[in-house]
Amino acid sequence: MTDHDNAYEGLLGGDDSQWAFGTDFEDPLAGVDTTIADGVDPAGLAAYCLMLGDDALVYSHRLSQWASNAPDLEDDIALANIALDLLGQARLLLARAAAADPTVVPVLPEGSPVPAEDALAFFRDEAGFRNVRLVEPEDADFGVTVARLLLFSTYRLALLERLRSSNDTVLAAIATKGVKEVAYHRDYAARWFLTLAQGTDESRRRLLAGLAVVWPLRAELFETHPVEATAAEEAFGVDPAVVADEVDLLLEQVLSVSGVERPDVRPTGPLGRGAGRDGRHTEAMGRMLAEMQVVARAHPQGRW
Amino acid sequence: MTTTRTAPALETAKRVAAQVTDPEMPMLTLADLGVLRDVAVEDDAVTVTITPTYSGCPAMATMRDDLVHRLLDHGFDDVRVRVALTPAWSSDWISERGRQALRDHGLSAPGPAPAAGGPVPLTLRPTRRDLACPRCGSSATAVTSEFGPTACKAMYRCEDCLEPFEHVKEI
Repeated sequence: MTDHDNAYEGLLGGDDSQWAFGTDFEDPLAGVDTTIADGVDPAGLAAYCLMLGDDALVYSHRLSQWASNAPDLEDDIALANIALDLLGQARLLLARAAAADPTVVPVLPEGSPVPAEDALAFFRDEAGFRNVRLVEPEDADFGVTVARLLLFSTYRLALLERLRSSNDTVLAAIATKGVKEVAYHRDYAARWFLTLAQGTDESRRRLLAGLAVVWPLRAELFETHPVEATAAEEAFGVDPAVVADEVDLLLEQVLSVSGVERPDVRPTGPLGRGAGRDGRHTEAMGRMLAEMQVVARAHPQGRW
Repeated sequence: MTTTRTAPALETAKRVAAQVTDPEMPMLTLADLGVLRDVAVEDDAVTVTITPTYSGCPAMATMRDDLVHRLLDHGFDDVRVRVALTPAWSSDWISERGRQALRDHGLSAPGPAPAAGGPVPLTLRPTRRDLACPRCGSSATAVTSEFGPTACKAMYRCEDCLEPFEHVKEI
């Protein structure tokens, strides 16, 4: 019997048909056929999934920092929704990476209940992350947010559209769903870009300042990493260089309608021996990871 | 002989699973929402297959738990829930009964989903939808946000009765 006068009845313990505070639904790929296609190197597939998954994970965290801080309630909700879509994609991609090559998953203390995709998200160090550096800077202003979301979603949508025909059926399925979601993200960003560009002097000034922050990190998106080259060769992934022209054309469409010139800034060069896809990140990344990972790392045996 | 023994069990499992409702939109069953893809019974073990509406939909875990608990309550001891990622969920899968239930509860049902495949065109204007206010029936509506309280909804306002309402998005 449930005691309806007691809101806490059934939350902790109680009979088996009661639940609250999380569930034990731990495998987002439960029942999905994760067989790897002939001719595909499992380690290469895992490395490629980490790249796409880390892009989504890190950017999702950045966007979620707008929760309760956005210019108005609608945009607060919009940015949180976009973050949630990306977090969902990240979860599937990291789970796909772990299923393809379990050796990528950090080893946790004996008996830890942390699932593989959470171990990848919360227990890898900065150098283990394979995201592009575009997703790292802080959103110091809504102008940065809009400019970056336009660049990121245009790039990601172009990749996902092609990944729909990946010979890895899991990756193809994740991409097919992702296309529908990121199409909404890109439209949202493009409309805000136009609105800010043609709004007031102040909105335009802040959009241009934001664009100048993220534009130098654009070139890195289309540089082919050896992992991506192999992914394209083995037909499970996409060489990002292939989508460069198409992305550029779409950006040009938004820029010209908005009456905005391309910023005259030099691309950010590699850091030491490589860039984001090699685990070389900007200063903002370490601070972000510290915040994102601190609770999980403090409680490696925690159940949530 | 397995078939004769499991046939009634299968009917029961299907009926029970089909009655589980969406945690965010309880006027819809998982069957009406199109999330419930399959129910199978083999050697007294029930396997239910569901598909996520959006990649990050946090309701998936609750749906899974609700299915397991409801089936356990109906005497099934071994219940498994599988996830199917293909084909990707489409709002076209919401049943006619589900659409009516949405309208009855003040929500606007989705129109036809855009065709899948090929490059997605960029739209710089708000998506035009031919909607009627679920409260007063007026077709004078304006979108206030393409993103709403759950991943699957957009926010609208009726220009006549001035009430806000939620619209289930086309994907």
